[in-house]
Amino acid sequence: MNFDDTPQEAAFRAEAKAWIAANAPKQYEEELRKASLGRVALKGANILEAAKAWQRKKADAGWACLHWPKEYGGRGSSPIERVIWQQEEGPFGRLSSMFIIGHGMCGPTMMAFAGEEQKRKYLPPLASGEKIWCQLFSEPAGGSDVAGLRTRAEKQGDEWVINGQKIWTSGAHYSDYGILLTRTDPTVAKHKGLTMFFLDMKSPGVEVRPIKQASGASDFNEVYFTDVRIPDSQRLGNVNDGWNVSLTTLMNERMSIGAGVSTGFPELFDFCNNLMLEDGLAIENRAVRAKLANWAVKASGLKYTSMRAISALSRGERPGPENSIGKLVAGSMIQDVATYALDLQGAAGALSGPEDAEVAGKFQAMLLRAPGTRVEGGTDEIMRNIIAERVLGLPGDIRVDKDVPFNKIPTKGRA
Amino acid sequence: MNFDFSDEQKQMRDEARKFLSEQCPPKAVREVLDGKAPYDKALWKGLAEMGFLGVAIPEQFGGAGAGHLELCVIAEEMGRALAPVPFSSTVYLAAEALLIAGSDAQKQKWLPKIASGDAIGTLALFEGHGNPSPKAIKVTANGGVLNGVKKPVADGAIADFAVVAARTGSSGRESDISLFIVDLKAGGVEIKSLTNIDLTRGQAAITFKDAKAEPLGATGEGWGVLTQVLDRAAVLMAFEQVGGADRALEMGRDYALDRIAFGRPIGSFQAVKHMLADMYVSATLARSNCYYGAWALSTNAGELPEAAAAARISATQAFQHCAKNNIQVHGGMGFTWEFDCHMYYRRANAMALGLGSLSYWEDALIDRMRKKNAA
Repeated sequence: MNFDDTPQEAAFRAEAKAWIAANAPKQYEEELRKASLGRVALKGANILEAAKAWQRKKADAGWACLHWPKEYGGRGSSPIERVIWQQEEGPFGRLSSMFIIGHGMCGPTMMAFAGEEQKRKYLPPLASGEKIWCQLFSEPAGGSDVAGLRTRAEKQGDEWVINGQKIWTSGAHYSDYGILLTRTDPTVAKHKGLTMFFLDMKSPGVEVRPIKQASGASDFNEVYFTDVRIPDSQRLGNVNDGWNVSLTTLMNERMSIGAGVSTGFPELFDFCNNLMLEDGLAIENRAVRAKLANWAVKASGLKYTSMRAISALSRGERPGPENSIGKLVAGSMIQDVATYALDLQGAAGALSGPEDAEVAGKFQAMLLRAPGTRVEGGTDEIMRNIIAERVLGLPGDIRVDKDVPFNKIPTKGRA
Repeated sequence: MNFDFSDEQKQMRDEARKFLSEQCPPKAVREVLDGKAPYDKALWKGLAEMGFLGVAIPEQFGGAGAGHLELCVIAEEMGRALAPVPFSSTVYLAAEALLIAGSDAQKQKWLPKIASGDAIGTLALFEGHGNPSPKAIKVTANGGVLNGVKKPVADGAIADFAVVAARTGSSGRESDISLFIVDLKAGGVEIKSLTNIDLTRGQAAITFKDAKAEPLGATGEGWGVLTQVLDRAAVLMAFEQVGGADRALEMGRDYALDRIAFGRPIGSFQAVKHMLADMYVSATLARSNCYYGAWALSTNAGELPEAAAAARISATQAFQHCAKNNIQVHGGMGFTWEFDCHMYYRRANAMALGLGSLSYWEDALIDRMRKKNAA
């Protein structure tokens, strides 16, 4: 049992480290380090431009999309090399958040289902950050139950005509392309009438509207489709086989390991180390310490669970299902941590302006963003179902709509 | 990176599991539960023959000289099987104290007997309610004899010797505390068995009346040694707890698959599925914390104090969580004497206290993290 690299891993790490030291945009390092919960803002620089510039630089030197084949703009690296790269890239990796969906989900789906010519045309600019991709699955009527989606695709000659609405699309407003899951046959069971496409987000009839979230910020969008035309050549997989295609996409979402999830614990520990309460430092208070200890072991448990997964990768194995606990644990933990950090501040905890609030309002922002972390990318309840069914082998939920034609499934609860 | 046990260590775990499934089925645990024997003597002998008692004891002292990672995998299996033997008292506490502070002669006297199953040892630390603290120790050592009462002492009624923490000074500092070895079969020792929540493991009160005692380590250095012993035992016990948690989770899962209510397996109801998923999460977090503890223990790393506290807290929570919800999944049957669920519930809750309770270790963890942060 050890934390040491193999000689090959050490050599790869040294090479990555040296390249990053010589090339990373150090002017952003401090701001990137401070960005604790995803939201990166750079003073005096456009984040999109900064991100694209860093990605371009990486791509030119062969450090983009490490796990992709070289002919599509990647490096052909092993999974463990990808993890080592992420460790070495550290805070600079946060510049790449707008590429995560394209690189992690759209790219692999294209790789599995697009034609060779299309792959050579679309994947290298995706890898280099020149083009950004988004994923258009969720709908107002289909979130956890994504197969309940209603956006229609109807064949007209060699084209498909799309009408409907998507929601929760990250980055749609700056995306160049998207992969789109549609309903092509509403007369069969819901999973059996879906078809996947990719499309140019600048196509006529595509309208992107930002969603104002409960937190007040806008990270996501609604995307409306009105008579949008997509050539049949941009279909991914067979007609009505879109569900299986989407499983490839989602499987890739869950394969990303080693990036580390935010729990809010390091921030809370620092805060308690510095916060003066009526009778002394917060961290010297027994009640505070008990709370901290409970979160400390969750944070370390997640960290070492991820180390175990990385070890499996290092041995050339696929990591086990234990890695699926990360999002479930971290999501509710960050909410609890933020709630407690405000509790420690008393009435002043309600203040959220950076000039008035403790640590510039970090925990207030965390609290208001946290409900989203428990919903996006699979709700807590879906994650528990996944663990129960795929890890523990418990029966799937009973699905009353499984064998019902989609257009006969009730659409309202209380009529 | 290989943050995992080696193939040889995993093989040893498989051997231990096979041995314990044959030699320590629930029926054997129930012999002790029902008060028919104070511990499973045949199993104790068998563990000695398998080389498990002395796995981390150096060969020169009669052990296998393997190491602590090997001991961790065996500990996990002992917890899983609820082995009703004084393994933790003898191997994690008494043997570790001897390895850390014992003279060559003391090691020669006791360690080979531990490895061969001929001596049971324990640690006599607590004196009534409260957690490990130098201030709580009132038993005195003067002129080579001990006076006072230790209670509770795990496996005290079956132990041959005890490592005893006693007061040799009155300055109010840690240096007031020294460790001694006491032959519990000798004069001046009165032992009384005490009923406790885990009926498969004994607890006792030991009264010393001018009992002859031999110093273990230097006078005034007892507390430092004790802290090390507790940290090391915390990691090893955490493996037992993780083994117990995993087994309780499996029992709940199996029952949820087999039990039909409202026309379907109860494991198809989300309320039950999600309860089991949460048990899996606790057990997984605990296992990962334990692996880090095992790494720190086996390499004697400076991170051991922090890693041990994290493993202890996480594994204690996981075992308690899995044991109580295993009963909940079983419903009424889980609350019968006949079903094994309560044996895990009893063990989980007794283990949560034996080395100092959760609140003690929570406090210790934050202290240790602060120290590391300041350094």
